[in-house]
Amino acid sequence: MCLALPARVVELHPDQVATVDLDGVRRRVSTALLEEVAVGDYVVLHVGFALTRLDVEEAEATLALFAQLAADDPAGPGGR
Amino acid sequence: MRYTEGLRDPRAARALAEGLRRELDPRRRYRIMEFCGGHTHTLCRYGIPGMLPANVELVHGPGCPVCVLPISRVDQALQLAARPEVTLCTYGDMLRVPGREGRSLAAARAGGADVRVVYSPSDALALARARPERQVVFFAVGFETTTPPTAVVVRGAAAQGLGNFSVLCNHVLTPPAIDAVLDGDAGLDGIIGPGHVCTVVGTGPLVAIAGARRVPIVVAGFEPLDLLQAIGMLVAQIEAGRSDVENAYTRSVRPEGNPKAMATVDEVMEVRPRFALRGLGELPHAGLRIRPAWAAWDAERRFELVDELVADHPACICGSILRGAKRPSDCRVFGTACTPDTPLGACMVSSEGACAAWFEYGAPR
Repeated sequence: MCLALPARVVELHPDQVATVDLDGVRRRVSTALLEEVAVGDYVVLHVGFALTRLDVEEAEATLALFAQLAADDPAGPGGR
Repeated sequence: MRYTEGLRDPRAARALAEGLRRELDPRRRYRIMEFCGGHTHTLCRYGIPGMLPANVELVHGPGCPVCVLPISRVDQALQLAARPEVTLCTYGDMLRVPGREGRSLAAARAGGADVRVVYSPSDALALARARPERQVVFFAVGFETTTPPTAVVVRGAAAQGLGNFSVLCNHVLTPPAIDAVLDGDAGLDGIIGPGHVCTVVGTGPLVAIAGARRVPIVVAGFEPLDLLQAIGMLVAQIEAGRSDVENAYTRSVRPEGNPKAMATVDEVMEVRPRFALRGLGELPHAGLRIRPAWAAWDAERRFELVDELVADHPACICGSILRGAKRPSDCRVFGTACTPDTPLGACMVSSEGACAAWFEYGAPR
């Protein structure tokens, strides 16, 4: 029930509605719960609502940490 | 997807599990509860329990709103669905939840009731607008994550003057549920905190619990590496004797949460003095209801519904599983009389239920 996925805002419409892109799939969602939202923002989607904005810097830092761990894996890059 | 793929890398998973192994004391046991049903499913799906040292035990928590909803509330939805003027809308998971004597909304629909599955409460509102001759009721369930969208549509119905829309509000709150689990016999050393709940309410409510109950809590995202990282942070806290709230989901969770979402909920809903959760019993301040000012959109008032206690199926141990006291394999009807196709209890129905996870992915380890 609390499943929520990140998606990129591609277009803003009147009445607090935006079109988001989720891996090429486009959906109209409500942005009524966000203070401000801009095209290009990543938002976390839940039951048709953008629940929060994804902090891209924090996300990149987390990804970089995990990428480093993966690179250090003793099984090496072929160990997938 | 840019922000999911890198969070599922098996090499990083191995590295995190290895780091954890170095950190912990092999002579002791670590009992860690993942509160969220969404976390339970990620853990089972990616085989994470099998990657952990044997003395790190994961205990499934009650964070599945479909699972903790008592049968009496499912009964209210069934009462509504039986009314000829009502179109009942709800999330897909609610359809197969067994109510009194095993009746479900799916069965009611098969019997001719107008029951619709919606992806979003906005869909229910749109249906009310399109069908002014129908009484459209949104059967709302969910923890703090799912509550703000419901509040938005109540406000929308008022703004649009829709007299044929109402909400059967069953929104519940995580802190009393966590407290109730800690009061029970789960014997926990740490808790993986509810990531998406915290996007809304922030980490404040958890700080109060961690401080008062001396239990470390790490808020986690829902990808496998998120969870491995959180488990490692919990073990480090336990080893250091700390009981802090830490955030391993910084990309989505701010300490203050989403103030606009919280204000929206507060405008439309208020805390109920008491609300029953399956397995945890009747708890103070565990549920929300529509405020009197918005009574026109409150299905409980519009249809004068009564809340009558109904016992679970006698063979079902969902209650003990939700408290973290028992595991799905302890249930004698697990996978036999109770399967996702013929569920006796809600834990087997929901896409976040522990029994559904074990049935789908096999018992961990």
